[in-house]
Amino acid sequence: MHEGHAVALPLDNVDTDQLIPARFMSTPRDQGYGDYLLYDLRRDAAGVLDPAFPLNAARGSVLVAGRNFGSGSSREAAVYALVDAGYRAVLAPAFGDIFAANAVNNGLLPAVLPAAEIKDLMGRCPAPLKIDLQAGRIQGDGQSWPFSLDPVWRTKLINGWDDIDLTASHNQAIAAFRTHRQKNFPWAWPRATG
Amino acid sequence: MSAPRTLFDKLWDSHEVLRRDDGASLLWVDRHLVHEGSHHAFGKLAARDLDLAAPALTFGVMDHYAPTRGAATDPAIVRMMETLRGNAKRHGFTCFDLGDPRQGIVHVIGPEQGLTLPGLLMVCGDSHTSTHGAFGAFAFGIGATEVAHVLATQTLWQRKPRRMRIRFEGGLAPGVGAKDMALHWISVLGTDGARGHAVEYAGPVVEALSMEGRLTLCNLSIEGGARCGLVAPDAVTFEYVRGRPFAPIGAAWDQALEDWAALASDLDARFDREIVVDAAEIAPIVTWGTAPDQALPITGVVPDGAPEALDYMGLRAGQRLVDIAVDQVFIGSCTNARIEDLRAAAAVLTGRKARVPGMVSAGSALVKAQAEGEGLDQVFVAAGLEWVGSGCSMCVGMNGDTVAPGKRCASTTNRNFRGRQGRGARTHLMSPAMAAAAAVTGHLTDVRPLLGGRL
Ligand code: SF4
Repeated sequence: MHEGHAVALPLDNVDTDQLIPARFMSTPRDQGYGDYLLYDLRRDAAGVLDPAFPLNAARGSVLVAGRNFGSGSSREAAVYALVDAGYRAVLAPAFGDIFAANAVNNGLLPAVLPAAEIKDLMGRCPAPLKIDLQAGRIQGDGQSWPFSLDPVWRTKLINGWDDIDLTASHNQAIAAFRTHRQKNFPWAWPRATG
Repeated sequence: MSAPRTLFDKLWDSHEVLRRDDGASLLWVDRHLVHEGSHHAFGKLAARDLDLAAPALTFGVMDHYAPTRGAATDPAIVRMMETLRGNAKRHGFTCFDLGDPRQGIVHVIGPEQGLTLPGLLMVCGDSHTSTHGAFGAFAFGIGATEVAHVLATQTLWQRKPRRMRIRFEGGLAPGVGAKDMALHWISVLGTDGARGHAVEYAGPVVEALSMEGRLTLCNLSIEGGARCGLVAPDAVTFEYVRGRPFAPIGAAWDQALEDWAALASDLDARFDREIVVDAAEIAPIVTWGTAPDQALPITGVVPDGAPEALDYMGLRAGQRLVDIAVDQVFIGSCTNARIEDLRAAAAVLTGRKARVPGMVSAGSALVKAQAEGEGLDQVFVAAGLEWVGSGCSMCVGMNGDTVAPGKRCASTTNRNFRGRQGRGARTHLMSPAMAAAAAVTGHLTDVRPLLGGRL
């Protein structure tokens, strides 16, 4: 269960290049990516923070966004920027595939809701919301909205699984597969060049 | 008899190590391509003190931050390159470093080196990994956490996407090519039109495309939201692969040809979605907005209804596309910087002068050398364009090659996102021939009248 403040970002196609402009991506992670979130969108031409921009006007941990959120590049830094800025969930009618997978890998919930409900929620922002991951519901304002999420991702978000450890438990199966593939499909290995 | 399967089903089945009860599959990865930008993933690996599961299947290249003139000086960039070099050494995988004649953009060198083969599963921490699907490989982009997982285990957890086929029937008009085919279907279906699907491109028009054209088509799959793009391998594919440095030879090659021949969708295989496009209807296409589906035939006018995009792009609804003046052109990127792309641009530029400045960056050092051997560099330079080194360059601006705020660029790249080519940059996507036409006229232009006798 997450309780937080929801902020509306009423834009479609907020791609990963907007979430974090490329020029910040050489930064080591431990320096924090929060300030880079939507860096150019939050500022005017002179580089000054626009006080009217929703993410500047209100702080939150839940972002209510438009269609196709996180489309574009595979840069996980887009998720780092959201997480480091304090976001724990994004609600949108649809997400870019790779972005959503990256989000789950960093404990950020990508919850899908129908466009009409997203619009309704946006109209209420900024507002306090509760997210019940187990039940797949969002609550607030005396109302409740179901969201959809891949069941594999739900379990992973709840358990906080680390895939590398999980995969290690299948080491034998992987080794057997590798041997089989190398023996039966020798062309699948790159020819050793001198 | 087993049930009929699509090409994608076959690729999936042949890589499934196991499937969990909840539907997640563990897939074996045949090729893992990494670049300087993969530093987050190597950091995760180092934090856990893990080794590479299969260094022989891992290949690195300097491309995203590669300088296109001189040497990199930004300390952050120099550090990232040092990191990749160091990791290649420590873990023992091949890295195509700056100055290596095989260096280039990851999605250009994979095919060029024979690392990309039909029937493989390939991943890379870059969304345009879909490019390699042109060979009938299952190839897709992944994030840093997944890159770390592949480095450590040579596998990846995935849920099977749905299958979709886009058939291009009829024939293409002269001056229209793979870039137009891709922008066309994306403009019709939208940037999330193929979300959750593996897209197989088929039909006579796709079969007639060269490998370069198929690579361009598959490259842009991600811009339509697809998980990956695919073309069934055929004689064109095999001919391209034969004799490449890392491609199989001898008995392994003979067996490969036999195995690859089975890599096609069965006649009665079912797709979750089928789209048919009449290729004869496709005209040269340009984007006018800030998403790749905001695209129209060059004969069109700027549409109404996207005020934010038009505001950013500095355009008015109702304006003719051919009246849009550009400040510069960029010919490059993993979408359109292979030899055929450079030839197409040069065909338009031969004997003509560019009215605006521009850069031409070959997709790899080998493409650059080949183009120079054919004298294409002379054509670009004589036209007044800059001929620079190979890398991602102005596609993403990470190496410092950016479009200045408010400037308008006719670009052969794949993303017209806000700020993609630099803060405040205005990008119009188009084919190499169309970018060359924009260079020659100084505005967006229908290339077809400029082609007379040059194709
Ligand atoms: S050229 Fe552009 S799209 Fe292609 S790999 Fe480089 S940054 Fe990515």
